[in-house]
Amino acid sequence: MLDIQNIYKTFNAGTVNEKTALNGVTLHMNEGDFVTVIGGNGAGKSTLLNAVAGVWTVDEGSITIGGVDVTHLAEHKRAQYIGRVFQDPMMGTAATMQIEENLALAMRRGRPRTLRSGITKAEREEYRELLKILDLGLEDRLTSKVGLLSGGQRQALTLLMATLRKPQLLLLDEHTAALDPKTAAKVLEATERIVGKDHLTTLMITHNMKDAIVHGNRLIMMYNGRIVIDVSGEEKEKLTVPQLLELFGKVSGSDEADDTLLLS
Amino acid sequence: MMNFIGALPGAVSQGMIWGIMAIGVYITYKILDVADLTVDGSFCTGGATFVVLFGGGVNLWLALLAALIAGMATGLVTGLLHTACGIPAILAGILTQLGLWSVNLAIMGMKANVPISIIDQTVLNKLLVSLRFVQGVPRGDYPVYRHPVLVVGLFTVVIIAALYWFFGTELGASLRATGANPNMARAQGINTDTGKVLGLMISNGLVALSGALLAQYQSFADSSMGKGAIVIGLAAVIIGEVLFSKIFRNFALKLLAVSIGSIIYYIVIQAVVSLSGIDTNYLKLISAVIVAIFLTVPYWKGRYFSKPVKRGGTANA
Repeated sequence: MLDIQNIYKTFNAGTVNEKTALNGVTLHMNEGDFVTVIGGNGAGKSTLLNAVAGVWTVDEGSITIGGVDVTHLAEHKRAQYIGRVFQDPMMGTAATMQIEENLALAMRRGRPRTLRSGITKAEREEYRELLKILDLGLEDRLTSKVGLLSGGQRQALTLLMATLRKPQLLLLDEHTAALDPKTAAKVLEATERIVGKDHLTTLMITHNMKDAIVHGNRLIMMYNGRIVIDVSGEEKEKLTVPQLLELFGKVSGSDEADDTLLLS
Repeated sequence: MMNFIGALPGAVSQGMIWGIMAIGVYITYKILDVADLTVDGSFCTGGATFVVLFGGGVNLWLALLAALIAGMATGLVTGLLHTACGIPAILAGILTQLGLWSVNLAIMGMKANVPISIIDQTVLNKLLVSLRFVQGVPRGDYPVYRHPVLVVGLFTVVIIAALYWFFGTELGASLRATGANPNMARAQGINTDTGKVLGLMISNGLVALSGALLAQYQSFADSSMGKGAIVIGLAAVIIGEVLFSKIFRNFALKLLAVSIGSIIYYIVIQAVVSLSGIDTNYLKLISAVIVAIFLTVPYWKGRYFSKPVKRGGTANA
């Protein structure tokens, strides 16, 4: 499904701020895989997701989604294959547009934008039903501006938008990190439900080791721009947080994990 | 005082004509979130194109259409400088505007001023709007429906209706998303570069159309007729917003507010000129001060007089 071959990315090359964010990452994901990604700050997690999403092109290597080589495809063109939810709740929705307008924009992902009406009556009914499932009371506020919603509501809406047209690949970039624990749990629950329903191939970054273990069928840990741990299946089912920490200490040769991962 | 009242219909007509330009500015400044300085040049491009073609015997509507297209071309240049060449939007606009100074003169045959020969009554009768009609209608020389307030008013309504329709389409909505949140727009498969270029083209097309109408109204095109246009446009947008944002929620009404903002601006300028007898050369300074004040007030209000935000966001999450 997703095939990442040996990708590299260096920011600010040739300056004092030079930073090799991706240092030869290779990752293959099967159809229906739900992979969780953990790692400390600056490990390259978000960079990996941005590379797949096409925010910029990688320096080396190739990225293939569903057999299509997207390595040099522009961000907006890759969007036809990819649904995305960002860490910042402000980033995934247009604050000055209505809830239904945001949904209508997402409904047309991967399709040419024509001079037909931007939203139809039948769509509105569909959105109302879909928002009911989120259980956030948004179904009665279709024409409210998204800027009036809370962070949790905006993330839930972004999640719905990302999956409105079934994406071949869903990218979740620490999408609950900016929310309070209760709301975060609610959004994660919605994530689990939506991903499970359509068997979406999903790549989810999280800061929370427990979440990384509980969710998905495979877990990878990044360190210094590389994938250093990759567990799946039964091995992952049995994984515990202390084991994971120990594993990380061995691979990275440091106890950095204790501070950077446990605290967050 | 009598001077002022006598000048009112003219001020309103002129305000409405500039209002069409201000609607163009609204599209870039408010919808696309780009401060586009091309307008100072493209306004004149519209006027020059119209006067030269119309003077050369081209049908009035075709000449208007040509002005619109010429304006869109200027927007295309700024848009490509910004998106394809990576030049910041403000600088891209300044570059186009500077280049247009020469282009506009070239259109007018290297003359700074090209008149429409309205001494010829048949030419005058062909025009859509003219200062002569403002004076002529009350005297009974022309039928009421030829009054520029009505003609330009009709233009404004048609343009607002067209824009209202367009920004409700899939394409128009993608333009709004581009301005509202480019990250989200790209994630939803919208080409934000195309969106910006298209928005700049529509905006400058309207600006040039407005220039063509003003050239008719004053019966000449002048190489400096667009000087400070962006400031007038911003003034209209901001005045409209300050006065009507509480009552006008609908998009069409917001555009109408811009047009009204422009009219108010011209009435105020007219009042200052008629009542104080100030040298008209000070008008640009007055314009700049008015816009600076209107931009400052909301900022200071937010900064020094803000009320605490209501709590309860997460409770409703």
